[in-house]
Order: sequence, then C-alpha cells, then structure tokens
Amino acid sequence: MAKNTLYNKVWDAHSVATLPTGQTQLFIGLHMVHEVTSPQAFDMVREKGLKVMYPERTFATMDHIVPTRSQKRPFLDPQAEAMMQAIERNTEEFGVTFLNFETGKQGVVHIIGPELGLTQPGMTIACGDSHTSTHGAFGTLAFGIGTSQVRDVLATQCLAMDPMKVRRIEVNGTLRPGVTPKDVILYIINRLGVKGGIGFAYEYAGDAFDSMTMEGRMTVCNMSIEGGARAGYVNPDDTTFEYLKGRDHSPKGEEWDKAVEKWRSLASGPEAEYDEVVRYNAEDIQPMVTWGITPGQSIGIHQTLPRPEDYDDSGERQSIELAYKHMKLKPGQRPDEIKIDVAFIGSCTNGRIEDLRAAAAVVAQGIKAGKKVAPGVTAFVVPGSMQVRKQAMEEGLHTIFQDAGFEWRGAGCSMCLAMNPDQLKGDQISASSSNRNFIGRQGSPSGRTLLMSPAMVAAAALTGKVTDVRQFPAA
Amino acid sequence: MSKIKKIEARGVPVVGNDIDTDRIIPARYLKEITFSKMGDYPFYDERFTPEGKKKDHSFNKPEYQGAGILVANSNFGCGSSREHAPQSLVRWGIRAIVAESYAEIFAGNCVMLGTPAVVASKDDVAAIQKWVAANPEAQLVLDLEAMILKVGDHSYKITMPETRRNALLEGTWDSTSLLLANKDKIEAIAASLPYMAWTQD
Repeated sequence: MAKNTLYNKVWDAHSVATLPTGQTQLFIGLHMVHEVTSPQAFDMVREKGLKVMYPERTFATMDHIVPTRSQKRPFLDPQAEAMMQAIERNTEEFGVTFLNFETGKQGVVHIIGPELGLTQPGMTIACGDSHTSTHGAFGTLAFGIGTSQVRDVLATQCLAMDPMKVRRIEVNGTLRPGVTPKDVILYIINRLGVKGGIGFAYEYAGDAFDSMTMEGRMTVCNMSIEGGARAGYVNPDDTTFEYLKGRDHSPKGEEWDKAVEKWRSLASGPEAEYDEVVRYNAEDIQPMVTWGITPGQSIGIHQTLPRPEDYDDSGERQSIELAYKHMKLKPGQRPDEIKIDVAFIGSCTNGRIEDLRAAAAVVAQGIKAGKKVAPGVTAFVVPGSMQVRKQAMEEGLHTIFQDAGFEWRGAGCSMCLAMNPDQLKGDQISASSSNRNFIGRQGSPSGRTLLMSPAMVAAAALTGKVTDVRQFPAA
Repeated sequence: MSKIKKIEARGVPVVGNDIDTDRIIPARYLKEITFSKMGDYPFYDERFTPEGKKKDHSFNKPEYQGAGILVANSNFGCGSSREHAPQSLVRWGIRAIVAESYAEIFAGNCVMLGTPAVVASKDDVAAIQKWVAANPEAQLVLDLEAMILKVGDHSYKITMPETRRNALLEGTWDSTSLLLANKDKIEAIAASLPYMAWTQD
C-alpha cells in the first residue's frame, strides 16, 4: 500500500472510524450538489426523518439540465423546470447554499467549486457526479458518488469507503507546441486503458504537471475517471496557491498564511511510497483525437485509425469492431479524412477561461486567413460558468467566436451529456472538447463524438474536418 | 435492512466490454426526480429503435423475462456515476451481477442498493454466459457465504471486496445508520480539520 503520499495524509486526516464492515468512515470536507442526482437523496433524508448535518459544507448549483440558449424561467421543458423547482425547494428546506442564476455564480459544478475557492488543498470532496475528480488538481481527494451516497453525505457528512491504491504518473520533459493538457490525459488513458485505473487514485507528477496551469491540471484530473481512476490529483504548489489567493471562499489574512503552510506540508515528499509508478516523455505526446466509443480509443493526429486484427485480446477486438460499426469509420483512415457536423467547446473538462482563450486564438488566426466556421458545421461555445462567461466577454473572446460564426451560449453542461436541448441529431458527428465519446452520449443514439482539445475543436470548426491545430500557428 | 446471503434466480447475459452507464440508461431518463420509473429504461437505446421497434437485446427476449442475475464482461458500468443505472437494472428485476470487472463507482452504487456485484474470471464469465444462453430457464445460485456461483453442475469461484461482502451479509449495506452511530467521532474529526474553522466568505 502507498505510504506518505498526499492521498494517505488526506485519507488519514479524514478517517472517522472503522465500520463493522471493515470500511473506513471518511469525513467529507466539501460536498457539491447539482439538480440531477440530488432530488432523490434529499427525499431519502426526509423519509428517514434526518437533517443535513453540516449544511454549510454543501453547495448546490444547476448545470446538467439547464438550457444554454435562453435561460429564462420557467424553462420550456417541464421536466427541467420541475427539476429546478426540486433543487430550489430542497436547498431552502435544508439550509444549503444554492448558487443559482441570480447569484451570478452558477455554472458547471466542477468549474465553480475551484473558481469560488471552495475547493482547497487537503480536503475530501464528494459530489454525485463522476467528474468530481477535477478538484484533485488542488491536491484534494475528490471523487464521484451515487445518489444513496449523496444521502449519506447530507445526513452524516461521511461516506463508507474502501481505501485506494496510488499510481504515480510522471510526465517529464517539455510538451510540444500545440499539445495541451487534454492531449496529455487522452494519451495517458490510451496507454493505461479505460479500466487501468480501477481501484487507484492517480497522482500526476513530473515536469509537465509542474509547469501546467491550474486550468490544465483540472482538465487532466477531470478525466481520471475515464481511465477508471475514481480520483486523480496533483500535489499543491505555488501555482495552486496563486490561483486560490483572493477567491471568495479562500482563507484571508493570517488564516491565508497558515493555510499555505499547512497545504505545502500535504504534498507527497521524497519519503512517499507508491503502489505503482509509470513514466512518460512529454515529447512523445502529439495532439490527440478519439475515433471510437471509449475515451481510450484515440490516436495522435499524425497516426491512422487502428486495425482490429492488431489486437490479440478477443474482448478488445470486439470493442474495436463495435466502435467501427457505430462510428462508421474505417481502419487505416487518416483523422483529417473525418468530416464533422458539429463543433462543441465547453464542459467541466474544457469550459474554463484558458480553454476559451486557446480556442479563440485559433479562431482569430483563422479569421486572419479569411476563414469562418465551415459551411454545414454548427459550432457553439458554452462557458463553464457565469463568471467564465463574464471574463471571456470582458476579454472580447465572444466577438472573435461570433465573427467566425460560432454561437455564444449561457453556462451549463450542454452537449457533453445532452440532457438539455443541446443534442446531436441522427448520426451527426461532433468535434467535442468534452470527456465522453460513449454511444448515445451526446443525445442521439446514433450520434458520434470525437474528443479533442478545445483548440483542436476550433480548428475542426474552421475546416469542417479533423485538423492538426498546428496549422493555425498562434495556438 | 435484509441480510443478503444467497440469491437464486435465472440468468441473463449482456455481452461486451466497457458497457458504460450512458448505455445502461441514456441521460434523457435522468430528468425524472424520482427513481420510481427507472425499471422501464435499462439499455433503452440498445433495446429499441428511435421509432420504438424492438432490437435484438437479451433484455427484450422472452426467455430472459424474470431473470435476476446479470452476467456481464469487463469494466461494466463505467462512466457516469448515475445511480439511475443500477436502479434501472434492479427495478427491472436484477438482484445480482456477475462480471469480469466493474467501474468503481458503479460497484459501490450496487452495494448501496443491496445488490451483490461479484467478479468471476474472464473464462468463467464466458462459460457462464454460454451456459445461460443455452439454459435460460435454469436457476443460478449465488452463494455469498461460500463465494460460489452454481451454474448447472458447475460451481464457479466468485470474489468481491470483503468489506462490501460484509455489508451485504450483515444487512448493513444501507450505510446511513452505521455512519450516524459515530456522531461524536464525526464531530471530533470536524473539529480537528483546520479548514472547518476558517472564516467563510
């Protein structure tokens, strides 16, 4: 078992007791709630006649179901409106802070936690959403839970948990121009597989992560779950502290100095022991694109689509054959032979300000070269939060996108999971900065998804096909 | 809460690796604010065309109606943490799952519903799927005390994390009351965490 890692220190500090089952009772420092996986949990708390034990440790927002075009209430979809009313009623009844449109702080739950300074190093963080791993970028132990577990956190601020193993993933060297954090995590998932992380927390370390911004670290940690790891983290450092300083919920004054000292002490040091260590070279990573139906089915932009007969394992071969059948693509094809219908920039993976800047830089470059969104392509940008949206507009990013023919939307999860009006139709194919290319994920059972970085999505929008972002050298 | 020791039911195979929770229950069915109707939706888009015509899926076949033990392959339930996925299977009639491996969150969600999610080897799963397809009317017996799945004349070794097995055997899988019993200790840990004392806002 791992020892002296950040994971161990955080786990130990939050261990309440050993339960009769042998599980650890783990205290949860921050609980985030959204409208889709919480109404049943609040009902269960009510049915059991319980209260929310620490209402000040739970923060709610709405993101999954909100429309991004018009966010006027009541929502046009009566089910969405009913879901909104449920979270309004529940948060009011149980005394939980609800970050709704009126507060100006609404957004995708994993974007607003960090941006408000709610996410802080050393915390345990849970949310009824698998991409809770995002918060690990701050040196937290953060993971997704189901609705019955949301009930447990509401009622007891604790979860019954089994310990995780820790795999340290080092990426050393310097990333090539045009290679982004999204490419790094797609590369890692490709190497370790979509189930390689089952039972593990991933510790991301090495030069590539040391020099990565918080936004980039969040993108990487976000997709830990796509590699099977329920949690992923980066040790806190000056980049972390600089990001957090002055945020709404960050400690202030003397408390800030003490906090930084504490946070620094949590990082895995030279005495740390791991269950496993893997190392990659940053120089080996190219801009990545998925071609299949799992986030592990990806290639570098310079490669061609794989041949099923190259896989020995019968299960994997079967997966690949199913992927080709669904995607209507052919082994040996080059990525730039794949035309797209939709370009989506947003999500908890890539809906932060830096993502929008990177995409806008590509678009600006395209505009200079006389390009616009390619004919027949629907392109839209969905900021991850109201605050990201505001910031982007202050920087004039929205006009760059709009001038090129992108739609500029309100904050939400949008077409990442398509339980709102943003959905693929028929077998449309999207270039998407989101996290999952599962069959049906983007709202149409026969819809197809190509995952890539936001800069790559922007490039694809301008050319109408999968494109190496390095053709737009500003990126 | 009931103790879960033995489950006897007919089997239903669902073949394929990496069957994610979006495939188990498409996101549009997550718009309901209760789980009550989830039993109508498992594998919906794999079972029905957009026009509502039945597709070739084991959950549609007459011989598997009333089955209770789902036999699946590797990384079953990957992706979204939506508890709607196990809820939809359980409400359809599934009482236990046997697979090569599970996504972590999905397996945890199953236990919270009192549904054993046990692991068998790849070869054994393939053999069990084949046998069930040939003998859909036969009962399988999942014995959590002996950690054996009886399939016809064969007994297959199954595994699951000991802690989760204990929770099922002891009937403490609905964990709220276990956690609440340690209220004093919860308060002690809360008091020991520096961030709990930091000024909010």
